[in-house]
Amino acid sequence: MSNQMQFELASPQKLACSKPVVMVTVPGGEGDFGVLAGHAPMATTVAMGVVEAYEHDQTTVTDRWFVAGGFCEVEGDRCTVMADQVIPVKDLKRDVLEEEIAVFAKTAANDSDAAQKMAIAQAKLLVAV
Amino acid sequence: MPSLKDLKNRIASVKSTRKITSAMKMVAASKLRRAQDHAESSRPYARFILRMTQDLARTIEISPESSPLLVGREKVQTVLLIVLTSDRGLCGAFNGSIIRETRRRIVALEKEGKTVRLVCVGRKAYSLLHREHEDKILHKVESAAKKQIDLADAQELEDRLITLFEEGAFDVAHIIFNRFKSAISQIVSVEQLIPFGVPQANDNETEGRLACEIFEPEQNALMAALLRRNLTAQLFADLMESSAGEQGARMTAMDNATRNAGDMIDRLTLNYNRSRQAYITKELIEIISGAEAV
Repeated sequence: MSNQMQFELASPQKLACSKPVVMVTVPGGEGDFGVLAGHAPMATTVAMGVVEAYEHDQTTVTDRWFVAGGFCEVEGDRCTVMADQVIPVKDLKRDVLEEEIAVFAKTAANDSDAAQKMAIAQAKLLVAV
Repeated sequence: MPSLKDLKNRIASVKSTRKITSAMKMVAASKLRRAQDHAESSRPYARFILRMTQDLARTIEISPESSPLLVGREKVQTVLLIVLTSDRGLCGAFNGSIIRETRRRIVALEKEGKTVRLVCVGRKAYSLLHREHEDKILHKVESAAKKQIDLADAQELEDRLITLFEEGAFDVAHIIFNRFKSAISQIVSVEQLIPFGVPQANDNETEGRLACEIFEPEQNALMAALLRRNLTAQLFADLMESSAGEQGARMTAMDNATRNAGDMIDRLTLNYNRSRQAYITKELIEIISGAEAV
């Protein structure tokens, strides 16, 4: 059995990634988990956080994406993450996010939509480099 | 026989019409490219989430407490048709074929003794259906001059559908929309959105796929969340298909109109030249016969 599996990451707008990888770590709704080839079939929710793909071996992260919640299905030699938002971590900019948070913070108290957006922006800020 | 001046005016007006239709064609062509890219890139997500929902629906234990969104209601009395059209006209048979299909279904369903309800998405659906079916329309959405469909539109529609479903306003929902096949062909498609339905175990497509063993959170809670997400994703994908189809249909319609106007100008110009020549000949004859008489 090969030690690679097909990893697919999609947001409603686009397919962010589809390639064979060795390992993936996903921020599951009930705790982070890692997936290797041959994992038991599994269906779970995904929380806000970072999805990491290890393309060549189990020690080096090759890609990191911020995801804003969603679902993950592991089935056979395939791991599919369906997330509401997918942004490569390297595209997150601290100063832009801080501005965003400042804007949302003004209306967050009485606008649940803005509050939610602020929470997402804050989570992004935590992982931004 | 129209006078020379009339013909001249006519030619000028057809020429300006041609300018408008060819400009509209260009606009539609550039919008089409964008809409097509969006529609195509939104397909994987919808496909993945549909596959996951199917896998889960196959594994999950069906009990009387299962969500009616999955297994449906016992009694199917009211059928909801979600009609996706464009906001604007001038796109050939795009809206017409959707409305025709809708009317056909309404008649067929009513013959079976079912109650029909409608949700109109797009201004055209409402304006073409409200005269005969006003009492059936539960909700209408106008995307009013918005540039780009985003997920929030699908989310809003999904919220509304779930509320209506929970209120018992309908038992089954079908969506009627144009699937984008190519710039010149859109296919009227009908899909059942609610309930999701339990796939057959001996389905060829699902054969060889392993049944889920691990669920986080427990399966019914996961299923409930997934069903709603799937509904949003399918609505979103269908909206995208429809908007790409609209631009394609408009481009083709405007291309035809431009060509038609060209043909018409040629015909009118020929007429104009003929009349002008006849007029000149007539004047010459008058002069000559006048001179001969002297």
